[in-house]
Amino acid sequence: MTTTERPIAQNAAPYRVLGTRPLRHDGVDKVTGRAKYGVDASVPGMLYGAVLRSPHAHARILHIDTAAAEALPGVKGVVTAKDMGIYQRPLDYAQTMRNPRFIAEQMLASKKVVYKGQGVAAVAAASLHIAQEAAALIRVDYEPLPAVLSLDDAMQPNAPKVHDDLTTRVIAADHTRKQDSGTSSNVAGRLEMKRGDLAEGFRRAAFVAEAEFRTSRVHQGYIEPHNATAYWAPDGKITIWNSSQGAFTIREQVAEVLQVPESQVRIIPLEIGGGFGGKTTTYLDAVAALLSKKTGHPVKMLMTRREVFEATGPTPATLMRCKIGADKDGKLTAGYLFLAFDAGAFPGGAVGAGATTSFAPYKLDTVLVEGYDVVLNKPKVHSYRAPGSPQAAFAVESILDMLAAKLGLDPLELRRRNAAHEGDRLPNGVPLNSVGIDEVIAAMQKHPHYSAPLGGPNRGRGVSLGYWGNAGKHSSATLSLGADGKVSLVTGSVDIGGSRAALAMHAAEVLGLAAEDIVPAVGDTESVGMTDITGGSRTAMATGAAVYEAAQMIKREMIRRAALLWEVKPEDVSFDHGLFVNTRQPTDRLTFQQVAARAMSTGGPLTASASAFPKKIAPAICGNIVDVEVDPETGKVAVLRFTVVEDVGTAAHPSYVEGQMQGGTVQGIGWALSEEYCWNDSGAMLNPTFLDYRMPTSLDVPMIDTVMVHVPNPYHPFGVRGVGEVSIVPPLAALANAVSHAIGARMTSLPMSPAVVLQALAGKRA
Amino acid sequence: MNTKTLVSCKINDTDTDFLCEPRQSLLECLRDVLSLTGSKEGCNDGNCGACTVILDGRIVDSCLVLGVEAQGKQIITIEGIATAEGLHPLQQAFLEQAALQCGICTPGFIVAAKGLLDREPKADEHRIRHWLAGNLCRCTGYDKIVRAVLQAEEMQAKKK
Repeated sequence: MTTTERPIAQNAAPYRVLGTRPLRHDGVDKVTGRAKYGVDASVPGMLYGAVLRSPHAHARILHIDTAAAEALPGVKGVVTAKDMGIYQRPLDYAQTMRNPRFIAEQMLASKKVVYKGQGVAAVAAASLHIAQEAAALIRVDYEPLPAVLSLDDAMQPNAPKVHDDLTTRVIAADHTRKQDSGTSSNVAGRLEMKRGDLAEGFRRAAFVAEAEFRTSRVHQGYIEPHNATAYWAPDGKITIWNSSQGAFTIREQVAEVLQVPESQVRIIPLEIGGGFGGKTTTYLDAVAALLSKKTGHPVKMLMTRREVFEATGPTPATLMRCKIGADKDGKLTAGYLFLAFDAGAFPGGAVGAGATTSFAPYKLDTVLVEGYDVVLNKPKVHSYRAPGSPQAAFAVESILDMLAAKLGLDPLELRRRNAAHEGDRLPNGVPLNSVGIDEVIAAMQKHPHYSAPLGGPNRGRGVSLGYWGNAGKHSSATLSLGADGKVSLVTGSVDIGGSRAALAMHAAEVLGLAAEDIVPAVGDTESVGMTDITGGSRTAMATGAAVYEAAQMIKREMIRRAALLWEVKPEDVSFDHGLFVNTRQPTDRLTFQQVAARAMSTGGPLTASASAFPKKIAPAICGNIVDVEVDPETGKVAVLRFTVVEDVGTAAHPSYVEGQMQGGTVQGIGWALSEEYCWNDSGAMLNPTFLDYRMPTSLDVPMIDTVMVHVPNPYHPFGVRGVGEVSIVPPLAALANAVSHAIGARMTSLPMSPAVVLQALAGKRA
Repeated sequence: MNTKTLVSCKINDTDTDFLCEPRQSLLECLRDVLSLTGSKEGCNDGNCGACTVILDGRIVDSCLVLGVEAQGKQIITIEGIATAEGLHPLQQAFLEQAALQCGICTPGFIVAAKGLLDREPKADEHRIRHWLAGNLCRCTGYDKIVRAVLQAEEMQAKKK
């Protein structure tokens, strides 16, 4: 076992495999419909489960009568909170990540429901239709309670309380929570990041811009609904087939919710149909397991699209106020940001990440960020691609645009003059790590898009930067040499977007093989070392580092085997491009395949496992240039041209890096223009379908031009940097800036749906 | 009590009989009765296109078709797109263009695009975007998907 943490900087040289575009190993299965996703799980004798969900945003559960459901032919069992052992444990509001009590409450509420869509009871039956019918037959007596449904209302001192025993805690710089007020409040957390004398900073400013911003809740919108198929065997062993962003993470959560040892739970990850952060937690697995325990059968559960919208975690809605000052030369003198993030029914709404990332691209010695984590009677939010950062960047980058106008300065020039560099402090005081902010701005400035004419009336151009810190965490990989010289690779990283290919390429690079010579697979929780989620833009980077180490071990061992064959010392064997040479007798040459073929006679099977835990993480920076046209009659915004510039470090597989840039951008376009949760005044979502929750279609967007800037990650052996998330950060502000220029009025509220744009146009005329 | 209906149809060029409940959608029958799980359920209300199949030459969301309506029909699913000779040009182009990330929407896109190319082998970018607007992809931003369909058109033209 080895751990990769040392910086390896000498990697500017081009690579043989990394940077090429091989076909992905799992590709044929996925274009022929043969790949098995979580939703495709099928186990002999399985039943289907369905969940009865709360119709109320806030109500006390008085009584649950399951008799009619249990009497329906085909029904095999019903479970409620009574079956959840974890409710004997106290609720600790200080733990916001992976709090098993929060997870359990979302599955099957203990005493009261705190949002519409919360699970109350679950049924297993011979078919999904019967299970759904039976769930509707469960009678629940509720005592409705006053619900609090907006950030503004929730923060009022006399607002109805979502949880009577919840108090305001101080969020520390490391995001841990300390006890604070001691009095009941919907403000679950409060943070302050402060540096310098703010009043003095604004006094030094020649120009100041400020505004208030709002964003709506949006959903990750993965196409595959949450699913779980579980079997609780008579010996207590629990097997779960599902799709998630991390089998080990889900195992930990399931074990805690079920109050069983982790070793009793095996998670078999099937292919995953999108996640974007939303599948890093569990909503069904433990319920399916409980139903299996109760019925003795495997139980498959699958959310409807309505359930995905109403019962899983979207991203927080926000209320933000931002104020930035600059001197007459365009140097920023002070920045202030107020963030109120809607966490939903339980604490933990990414306000810390929003605060940390907000001013990150800029050198700012005088800064104050105040953040509030606010609970209300809506589904608990969850991670969505660079969680917290897109909203904060919307506020900051909009203000910079306003400031540039006041200064009479090109908006990219303003950013260039204030770009942060390695060692400059983030709002939380942590020094910025190596990232190509200057390089990205320079690439934007010289891109032909930036100087192209807009070409028509009602058009506007916007720019923005976006920052994301990326994650490291733990990864494990095992390589095994085959007799034909192919190498199998098992990692614990779920492949959500081509990571099998990127990871295989790491092994191929070290071993002098082709990407196709590596056979990559995703292991289950009993076949590979602990591996954290596929998330935080970490997989190619951190699991890649583990693969690199394991491949080095294989290489060293094969050199030893070749030396045995030649009866020389290992240091007498050179290895280059898959060829072993005896340096004492250079005509002695063996290919990788030849050494592999002799493995059994030179010491037996070759296998190597390694883990990585990168301690220093290179962040990500992304910039947008976007042109829009606004229809003054309808208020509809058309996206005409979109250019994305990102520091991607060494692009392992450039096609999939571009894909991350394009995909995140289009999610950002949806967030900016068309996506939002619409609510009625009793806390019900009005648009829980893809018809009314408007994600961009192919017709709504142009081609997304990508420019990859390569500043190698100094902490990865090949310079690979996290690339997945950051592309969703800049589009919100870039589009708001573009629309603002097109119509001559500042857009401060998302989404910029036709009605909102028309209102802005009307406001301008009035 | 007999609660199921016998349906006879042709699926991927194979005569197929199956039993289904009147309330079961064609998608359910394909996936849960016939184990043809390549067609995916993303929304079950005709708004994501992940379950797209070709029914008597027209693309349909199989979640909006009842199983019993398949009686006497010809159906092509994603499992019937590749042949013994190999992948369909669309499948090859999706791989070469990296037009998939998670891949859950891919079967629906390939079947829908086949529906277009069978009719209009020279569809331009705008026509492709218009035709595929009934299929949602959340990973790719559509850029590489549109390019893959354009590439498949070229591959098909060269073959002829």
